[in-house]
Amino acid sequence: MEDLNLFIKSIFIDNMIFAYFLGMCSFLAVSKNVKTSFGLGIAVTFMLVVTLPLNYVLDKYLLQPGAMRWLGEEFASVDLSFLALIMFIAVIASMTQLVEMAVEKFSPSLYASLGIFLPLIAVNCAILGCALFMQQRDFGSAWTATVYGAGSGIGWTLAIVGLAAIREKLAYSNIPKPLRGIGITFILTGLMGIAFMSFLGIKL
Amino acid sequence: MLSKISKEALLGPLSRNNPVLVQILGICSCLAVTAKLEPAIVMGVSVTAITAFSNLIISLIRNTIPNNIRIIVQLVVVAALVIIVDQILKAYNYEMSKALSVFIGLIITNCILMGRLEAFALANKPWPSFLDGIGNGIGYAIILIVVAFFRELLGSGTLFGLQVIPQAFYDMGYANNGLMILPPMALITVGCIIWWHRSKNKDLQEQ
Repeated sequence: MEDLNLFIKSIFIDNMIFAYFLGMCSFLAVSKNVKTSFGLGIAVTFMLVVTLPLNYVLDKYLLQPGAMRWLGEEFASVDLSFLALIMFIAVIASMTQLVEMAVEKFSPSLYASLGIFLPLIAVNCAILGCALFMQQRDFGSAWTATVYGAGSGIGWTLAIVGLAAIREKLAYSNIPKPLRGIGITFILTGLMGIAFMSFLGIKL
Repeated sequence: MLSKISKEALLGPLSRNNPVLVQILGICSCLAVTAKLEPAIVMGVSVTAITAFSNLIISLIRNTIPNNIRIIVQLVVVAALVIIVDQILKAYNYEMSKALSVFIGLIITNCILMGRLEAFALANKPWPSFLDGIGNGIGYAIILIVVAFFRELLGSGTLFGLQVIPQAFYDMGYANNGLMILPPMALITVGCIIWWHRSKNKDLQEQ
């Protein structure tokens, strides 16, 4: 039950884009049509589900103060938490590379449709941000971390597909010249963010 | 000291080639830390330092990096610099470090860094790359400060935590606009800045 709450909360209330502005760069750049943005959303969700439990285990058994106790008492005072950033980004970058190779081998059609987005995910702040939030919130188990990753990824997908759908319709409207393209996209995202804030009142 | 290319690298990003307004890089952190002026300035300074030095380091070793692992090399250099900044901030300004929370760590994935490393530092000499880093960092900081100025002024009626809107206004019925504190207004503020910037620079407009 706790996990279900966390899942729904991370999709709507703590939405990666509208509550924390993470993964904004690819969000704005790729949201030109629904199909590619859906592909990117799936890729991000997948990477979150894979990397978050990995990072959780690393954090719990290597990096936290006293985490190395399982090696013996003399390691109990070791505190490697300052290395967290570099470890997380290394895990994310290497997983991206691995997933890219696996997808290329086993499903060339999916690989072709994701194209450039797969490698770009390594520098998507939503993934690193999720890992850092996970560290901050101190989840109970790797399963909870996975649920949190899945929820955040789905929330991100929802947001990018929504924006892409609006931008497709927007092609027919008459926007002031200096605002065309990226300007109106910013304002749209802001308005969508305000709409998403209505979920804030829900207590789970 | 400043040749033509260095000057362009330093001054271009301030307006004509601004990382936030024109290149659309580094949006994520730009929006989350701008509710108050002070964290925005700290963030701007940190990013400037990190872009400058990562550009310099990558440019120094650019001829020895094998092409297919360059992304990992860049990430490691940037991550090391970010850890240094994070530790300095924790040591000398713990309150600010708490307020910025994960966003200092997220400088690693700030697209300004990767973008400038890929587009400039890998192809240019160390000195222009260093200047390019400083220019882009400052261009980013300016936007942060402008957005934070409006959000703090209209949202809480203060600047740097000091009240600037006189008490008499509140007595007459003026109220702070609470919406400006909320994250979505940062996006709309940046949208308006882009609007103004593009109506000044007509050639940047999209068709």
